[in-house]
Amino acid sequence: MKRLNVLHPKSLVKVMAILVALLVNTGGFSGEASAQSPEASAEVVSATAAASEHGAPVAHGEEKAGDVIMHHVFDSNIFAFHPFGEIELPKIAPVAGIDISITKHVVMMWLVSAILLVVFSFVGGKYKKMTNRQAPKGLTNAMEALVEFIRLDVAKSNIGHGYEKHLPYLLTVFFFILLCNLLGLVPYGATATGNINVTLALAIFTFFITQVAALKAHGLKGFLVHLTAGTHWSLWIIMIPIEVIGLFTKPFALAIRLFANMTAGHIVILSLIFISFILKSYVVAVAVSVPFSIFIYLLELFVAFLQAFIFTMLSALFIGLATAHEGHDEHAAEVAHH
Amino acid sequence: MEGLGLAYLGAGLGAGLAVIGAGLGIGNIAASAAEGTARQPEATSDIRTTMIIAAALIEGVALFGEVICVLLALK
Repeated sequence: MKRLNVLHPKSLVKVMAILVALLVNTGGFSGEASAQSPEASAEVVSATAAASEHGAPVAHGEEKAGDVIMHHVFDSNIFAFHPFGEIELPKIAPVAGIDISITKHVVMMWLVSAILLVVFSFVGGKYKKMTNRQAPKGLTNAMEALVEFIRLDVAKSNIGHGYEKHLPYLLTVFFFILLCNLLGLVPYGATATGNINVTLALAIFTFFITQVAALKAHGLKGFLVHLTAGTHWSLWIIMIPIEVIGLFTKPFALAIRLFANMTAGHIVILSLIFISFILKSYVVAVAVSVPFSIFIYLLELFVAFLQAFIFTMLSALFIGLATAHEGHDEHAAEVAHH
Repeated sequence: MEGLGLAYLGAGLGAGLAVIGAGLGIGNIAASAAEGTARQPEATSDIRTTMIIAAALIEGVALFGEVICVLLALK
């Protein structure tokens, strides 16, 4: 696969070259782009190719818009602060054949953990000092609203009895995913949750917590009985494989959902921006790229909250389903009693 | 080369078809939820929770389809 050179130190020069080329090329707001034949616009998909037509220096041949987008979305060991240069993260020798070197998503996760530690130790300290008659203010109040939301609407309503045990995990995963998603929208940031390894690791936590909770709630015998779904023994040869596969698809779907939502949003934003480079037109840039990418960006802000909520909610739901009592009437009566 | 072209074609078509299914499914859920909320406004929060869970599960199935398409396209 071709390496991209947007991240090279020469990038500033190249950006300038592209801008100059665009200025020379369009020479006004008329539809020169639409006058191009479809074959030409299909061939000239890259911004650098546009620059090369006008004699601007091209260092590494042409590069496609798709490659630039993919490079932005995927993980790498170069942290680029575009016009200001870049930081190359250290490589660590592979351990047992696995590459464990630090990448930009790892750095983002460290940053998220650090921010969460600072914020919540501050908020926790405030709570310790507060008397019964005081109300929380500012950041403490905002965090209390979110924590209460997770506690009541997510944990208590989905897990029911004994939800307190699982509350720390749910809160941690909610705030971690939320902050990862939001930091991906900050300029120069990277979306750690847009990496399937991160989401899969989070889903594996949910998987193990769910299974351990189920084992504790029903014991080994109850757990194995649950795998037969209460059917007649002649159906077990069909039911047991289905139930076992069902155990694994749930966390897999969790991981894929979060990964796909975060990656797709970023690809859409970048594609909208690249439309103006592909068509080489100011009109498209002003009328399509900027307003639509701002719209998608705002949508992404909403999606960041929604996906963090859905991951937490589904984790709580799986834990609740795994620990639910066998007698459903009894459980319903208990819920109604509350 | 022809096989590769067919793979790209299949990936594109498959992505679109998966989206059609998910769109129909989630649209049905949203329609029913709006109806339910209009009939019983006091049950809004329960209906919303159920709606989000069902939508997320449908979306999960659609995303499996999309992942297969991505694998085809990147092959």
